[in-house]
Amino acid sequence: MLHFSIPKITMIFAVILASIFYSLPNMLPRDIVKQLPSWWQPMNLGLDLRGGSYLLLEVDTSAIEKEQLADLEEVTRSSLREAKIGYRTIRAADQGVYLTINNASDLDAARAAIAPNTVGMTMDVQAEDRVHILIPERLQRERQIAAVSQSLEIVRRRIDEFGTTEPSIQRQGADRIIVELPGVENPERVKTLLGQTAKMNFHMLEPNASGSDPRNLPAGTMLLQGAGDLAGQTFVVRRRVEVSGERLVDSQPSFQDGLPIVNFRFDTAGGRRFGQVTSANVGNQLAIVLDNKVISAPRLESAIVGGSGMIRGGFTVEKAQDLALLLRAGALPAPLVVLEERSVGPGLGADSIAAGATAAFVGGGLVIVFMIIAYHTFGLFAVFGQIFHMLTLFAFLSLVGGTLTLPGIAGVILSLGIAVDANVLIYERMREEFRSGRTLLNSLTSGFQNAFATIFDSNLTTFIAAAILYFLGTGPVRGFAVTLAVGIATSMFSAVMITRMQVWMWYRTGKRTTLPV
Amino acid sequence: MQPILRYMPHEFQWDVVGTRFIWYVLTAILIVVSMGSIATRGFNFGIDFAGGILMEARAERVIDLAPLRSELNELGVGEVAITTFGDTGRDIMIRVPQQAGGDAAQGVALKKVQESLGEGYEIRRTEVVGPKVGAELIISGALAVALAVTAIAVYVWFRFEWQFALGACLALCSDVITTLGVFSLFQMNFDLTTVAAVLTIAGYSVNDSIVVYDRVREMLRKFKKMPLPELLNLSVNRVLPRTLLTVFTVFLTVVALLVFGGETLRGFSIAMLWGLFVGTFSSIRVGMPVLLYLDLRRDDILGGVTPTFDHKAKPAE
Repeated sequence: MLHFSIPKITMIFAVILASIFYSLPNMLPRDIVKQLPSWWQPMNLGLDLRGGSYLLLEVDTSAIEKEQLADLEEVTRSSLREAKIGYRTIRAADQGVYLTINNASDLDAARAAIAPNTVGMTMDVQAEDRVHILIPERLQRERQIAAVSQSLEIVRRRIDEFGTTEPSIQRQGADRIIVELPGVENPERVKTLLGQTAKMNFHMLEPNASGSDPRNLPAGTMLLQGAGDLAGQTFVVRRRVEVSGERLVDSQPSFQDGLPIVNFRFDTAGGRRFGQVTSANVGNQLAIVLDNKVISAPRLESAIVGGSGMIRGGFTVEKAQDLALLLRAGALPAPLVVLEERSVGPGLGADSIAAGATAAFVGGGLVIVFMIIAYHTFGLFAVFGQIFHMLTLFAFLSLVGGTLTLPGIAGVILSLGIAVDANVLIYERMREEFRSGRTLLNSLTSGFQNAFATIFDSNLTTFIAAAILYFLGTGPVRGFAVTLAVGIATSMFSAVMITRMQVWMWYRTGKRTTLPV
Repeated sequence: MQPILRYMPHEFQWDVVGTRFIWYVLTAILIVVSMGSIATRGFNFGIDFAGGILMEARAERVIDLAPLRSELNELGVGEVAITTFGDTGRDIMIRVPQQAGGDAAQGVALKKVQESLGEGYEIRRTEVVGPKVGAELIISGALAVALAVTAIAVYVWFRFEWQFALGACLALCSDVITTLGVFSLFQMNFDLTTVAAVLTIAGYSVNDSIVVYDRVREMLRKFKKMPLPELLNLSVNRVLPRTLLTVFTVFLTVVALLVFGGETLRGFSIAMLWGLFVGTFSSIRVGMPVLLYLDLRRDDILGGVTPTFDHKAKPAE
């Protein structure tokens, strides 16, 4: 049983060499690592070690629901207007819109007019002149799914434009987005960028209306607050969107008269429409509305043809850059809320690596010294097994592109202490068998044989705990689960194969008649 | 120099079964105190579960805490707790309670604190957890512990007989409860890494139970006539050298972690240290004597169809 065949020994040495090879990049300086091929790279460092920000965002789906209702209300109104059917009220409620028309005889005509714009919705006739148009749950869900996908895309574009290295943007669950930004120490600006929906539309101001009483507005207008250098003012803005921000194709920060401005350019249709609107409204004020706030209200001195224009909003350089970026990347379909944020500065990350390394060297060193004092030669075998265990652990994590976190380092250190358990079980068993009068070879063999089942069972339970931690944990704690689980596997292999091989070689290379312990 | 193990007694003569009532009382006290503390004092939940803001900052010079404290407490973001750590007097930990007003309100409070600290500080770590995530993390943490205990018990049940599974499970539960109890009693910061520690302790505790139970099972096969109490004693004493050695090596690594691992891992290391001691001896304290009461019949073991590895020592070829 103790015997090792030549192919087996060759295989073990191959594993050892491969482990050294794959764990090597972890010990090389950074500028050399950069030139290595992608399959020969060190472990990834978690954000807590390399410094960076983690943001968990949620798409505000209630805003999408509201918007969906508002859209339905609007489409109902315009279809009836087009079909010239008079109505008394249109009211959004109960996941749909209540419509009451003037003449009950128009009911069928009204339903026919609305039908093309409400595909998939149910129309519930509640009285001769009253209909409830209901948005079924399926449509709501579809819209939410689409909104989350679109948000993901917009977030990705905004962050790409922002220019951080190796950002990671992933979807989590139904309506969440995880953004990881290595090297970004203070994510305030990123959060500001992601926190705006950045819906920009061009409206016209209602001329000669300067009311501030929302109840006393001309028909078809709304009262909006100003922002930027218009903050504190209110504007009476026509509801009608003259040109939508979706028509923008480019936008860049620039300067005019030494002041930061934002240049923008429409696509062909948008440019044509903008030309028409501006030529029909010369002398009136345009309202550039961003997220329901007027950021600029220039008076049109002439028609703006050619499809481009600029916004002068009293910006700072940074604000102009950010607005241009937001307009380029496009609007979010719904606001994003930051649910969780974790940022680590590079200073602390480096300190954590140093602390982890110190703890590992001290902990590992103490275990090594103790094992050698306790078991002499056999202790040394265990130590070689330990070194092999560390090498395979690092090699495996490097090979699969695993991520090392601070709790992960704790897992590695802990596995150093737990790993010798296998050796201790084996050696104690050998001592017991030898004392009970068996021959040396018998004791060695049954030490490995009897201890194996115990080692396997006892390690598997810790493995189960680690697996559960992996599936239910997040971020750094997951890193702990990974190193613990992988560490258990490699330590078992090293105790069962590496230590056994050494014991066998020791037995073969001399006239051994007694245990060294 | 001789290997020090030469000086370790070959045969321990510890009468575990005979002195079991001492262990019962001790275990009962630990559990009652733990449960009592958990029920009355609860936990000092860290940011992961309670939500709020945690910031670690380093100042350019030694910090005068009193003015900083009053300044941050005037921001209207609730009671801000500031503590120093390390030995330079320049490192502080700032803790802001969870803000009323949902997830968006946390970010607003963070901005206020950051602006108030100003230029003189290097912000080394910022963690913001909103109410939604905090509630979810509590659930997933509790679920993780419950699932781990169940999964481990099922595994032990599959590999051993139900009496062993129950014993291991009781030992495991006592470890989990007393570890939680320590965190509650001393109001230590309880966060996600604590849950990780508790799960590791759970795995380690059962690890130990299995080593002892494996030996009991082997002894049952070997000494068919030996009375159960005597057999349990013999089993425990046979594995005791191994237990002591393993505890010691793990202890060495945990102490290294505690001393050198830094502020972030402190709670984890303390939990591990405690769990190491209770976890190791729970298998002997609780797991062993339980077998006495559970109608452990030799037939179950000897005629059992449970899949096992071959435990009988075969002579070598």
